[in-house]
Amino acid sequence: MRASIALRSSRMLPLATIVLIPTPAAAHLNSTGLGPVYDGVAHFLTSPEDLPAVLALALWAGARGASYGRRALFVLPSAWLLGSLLGMTAVPTAGGAVLSAIWLMALGALLATDLALSLRGATALAALLGLQRGYLNGSGIEQSASGIAALFGLGGVVFVVVAIAASSVVRLRAAWARVAVRVIGSWIAASGLLVLGWSLRTHA
Amino acid sequence: MRVSLILLLVPAAAFAHVGSGETGGFLTGLRHPISGPDHVLAMVAVGLWGAQLGSPAIWLLPFAFPMVMAVGGMLGLMGVPLPGIEYGIATSAILLGAAVTFEARPPLGVAAALVGFFAIFHGHAHGTELPAGQDALLYSMGFVIATGCLHAAGIAIGVLHQWPWGRPLLRIAGAGIVLGGVFFMWRAVA
Repeated sequence: MRASIALRSSRMLPLATIVLIPTPAAAHLNSTGLGPVYDGVAHFLTSPEDLPAVLALALWAGARGASYGRRALFVLPSAWLLGSLLGMTAVPTAGGAVLSAIWLMALGALLATDLALSLRGATALAALLGLQRGYLNGSGIEQSASGIAALFGLGGVVFVVVAIAASSVVRLRAAWARVAVRVIGSWIAASGLLVLGWSLRTHA
Repeated sequence: MRVSLILLLVPAAAFAHVGSGETGGFLTGLRHPISGPDHVLAMVAVGLWGAQLGSPAIWLLPFAFPMVMAVGGMLGLMGVPLPGIEYGIATSAILLGAAVTFEARPPLGVAAALVGFFAIFHGHAHGTELPAGQDALLYSMGFVIATGCLHAAGIAIGVLHQWPWGRPLLRIAGAGIVLGGVFFMWRAVA
């Protein structure tokens, strides 16, 4: 039993290291002039690293069925909010393009292949995405009442995006429509591949 | 005269800024695949051929092309050399155009492998030409979306295949793509 736990821990260690590796932060909120909640909403909707990843997960969950969609709807925004509150108290960090590319490739491929994961696996994936991306969002936001309001705006818009995306595909039955949704996944994965190449060129 | 003077003095809003940052990145990426007619011919040919072959090729070929093209683009970005890129691109237009002209019906795996093989050349060419200073993710998304839309355009034109009078038209379009490919091959060799 202990050996099994140790083996699992050793497998998870590289992943945890990559996820938590600190790099210089470039995140900040742009002012919309409508208050901190809307600043948080605008931050998410104009973040090209976050929106496609959330869309991919929500579309995949919706395509897998109502139970998966509901699970993503509640787990992802909650984890996002929790992660961002944790991130707010931490040293400012940024995810880096490589990690964003890996998320896009993984979630895009998940949607494109319509991979069948267990409900528990889908929950873990939504929680991991929410915690990691939320942590990065939160680490770039100052600790203040308006900062916390912005985080609630962020969590709220994640909830709305997941609700719209998942519910729009959960009832799709036409084969061409389901394939069209999977094509979006292939585009997201292909974008991730290109970003990975771009990052490797930059670091070379 | 008075009207002319007034019109001359009306201040116009300045749009002198070069598109940069996020908007510039997405739009540059969107424009890149459609800026080269050799790329456009091959990508539309993939859609036309998919439409002729019907399901599941109609979805699989445009599915395979952007994915493999992104791998080629990644190799190009990383500086991995690939010989004969221009020949590969011209050959892709010739062979894919010929497949449309003769309504070739190879096994699905062979068709996907052919499309995937040539996608590497297209992706590599794009990868080495990507301009610096753009938002990588938005540029890549624009680039992939434009490629997908070119395939969709090919599929939309390929709908003609369901009518008897449309089939010869598609074959003529295929012959046009072959001629375009021959022209680009001639230009690459010269």
